[in-house]
Amino acid sequence: MGLLDYFRNTRPSTASIAKERLQILVAHERSERNRPDYLPMLQKELLEVIRKYVNVDQDAISVTMEQDDKREILELNIILPDDSQRKKPNRR
Amino acid sequence: MARIIVVTSGKGGVGKTTTSAAMAMGLALKGHRTAVIDFDVGLRNLDLIMGCERRVVYDFVNVINGESTLNQALIKDKRCDKLFILPASQTRDKESLTVEGVGKVLEDLSKDFEFIVCDSPAGIERGATLAMYYADDAIVVTNPEVSSVRDSDRMLGILASKSRRAEQGEEPIKEYLLLTRYSPERVKLGEMLSVEDVQDILSLHLLGVIPESKAVLNASNSGVPVILDEKSDAGQAFSDVVRRYLGEHVTHRFIDVEKKSIFGRLFGG
Repeated sequence: MGLLDYFRNTRPSTASIAKERLQILVAHERSERNRPDYLPMLQKELLEVIRKYVNVDQDAISVTMEQDDKREILELNIILPDDSQRKKPNRR
Repeated sequence: MARIIVVTSGKGGVGKTTTSAAMAMGLALKGHRTAVIDFDVGLRNLDLIMGCERRVVYDFVNVINGESTLNQALIKDKRCDKLFILPASQTRDKESLTVEGVGKVLEDLSKDFEFIVCDSPAGIERGATLAMYYADDAIVVTNPEVSSVRDSDRMLGILASKSRRAEQGEEPIKEYLLLTRYSPERVKLGEMLSVEDVQDILSLHLLGVIPESKAVLNASNSGVPVILDEKSDAGQAFSDVVRRYLGEHVTHRFIDVEKKSIFGRLFGG
């Protein structure tokens, strides 16, 4: 390998860019594939219930399913708005 | 009972039909009675690659619909008497294939053959899902290229969830990686994903690597499965693949850049 090649090789090769892009993409697509079918419906209904009490955005809720050998973890994450934006509960 | 092998990929043009023809011929040459079925209804091409396009009378759909018997539709290869081809229909559409119909044909073939090679069409529609539905083994044909690798992974997901074995909770389909159109020179230059890269991403058992080769086009031009071109690199690579599939231990070849001889070095041959 000549001196010129040495300098040329400091840039990442297109093959390594391809590998990195694929690893990220494939990991993402696999996690979606393993999601149970009911997840989107569950997310929608949970959102409706929460909205009865708190005024949250459509994207303020995230439902994720993680799997390892021993167990499945259903993670529910809701971002509540600041106090000022909350609906006042009806008091008699 | 026959072993059912699906040759699949998701993406088109990666070498499924070339592989199906070579695998089927290779298995038959090893003395196993083998049938190869074209599942690409409406766009049949296996007949052309096998060189029997002028001998097609009845097809897969005719058999499913009871318009001909299996024996009437099967074409006996002229080079190897253990090999039979079941062509796809050119005039009907893929809706002609049904789970029951395909199941019945495979069941009948199973009585008479040791291996059934199913040449899947590209895509993930009916023809492709039915080609893999009854499979015992899957050969996932992949090019060292981003869209092909991604589609192969998608296909693996379908194999694991939508096959008969998956639905009935049986032992899953055995999946093998076949990397085709591989160019060691470009890998060395960092222009092409390497065998290891693709294996890292797909985590599949490597059945073989077929180098990018002029022999493949020459073979399809003349309707001779490339495995019969014993002098060619691709032909030899496919022979290795068949032996490996049958359980022999064969060292992988055509992965590294071949060292040039002194003569080659001097004259840049």
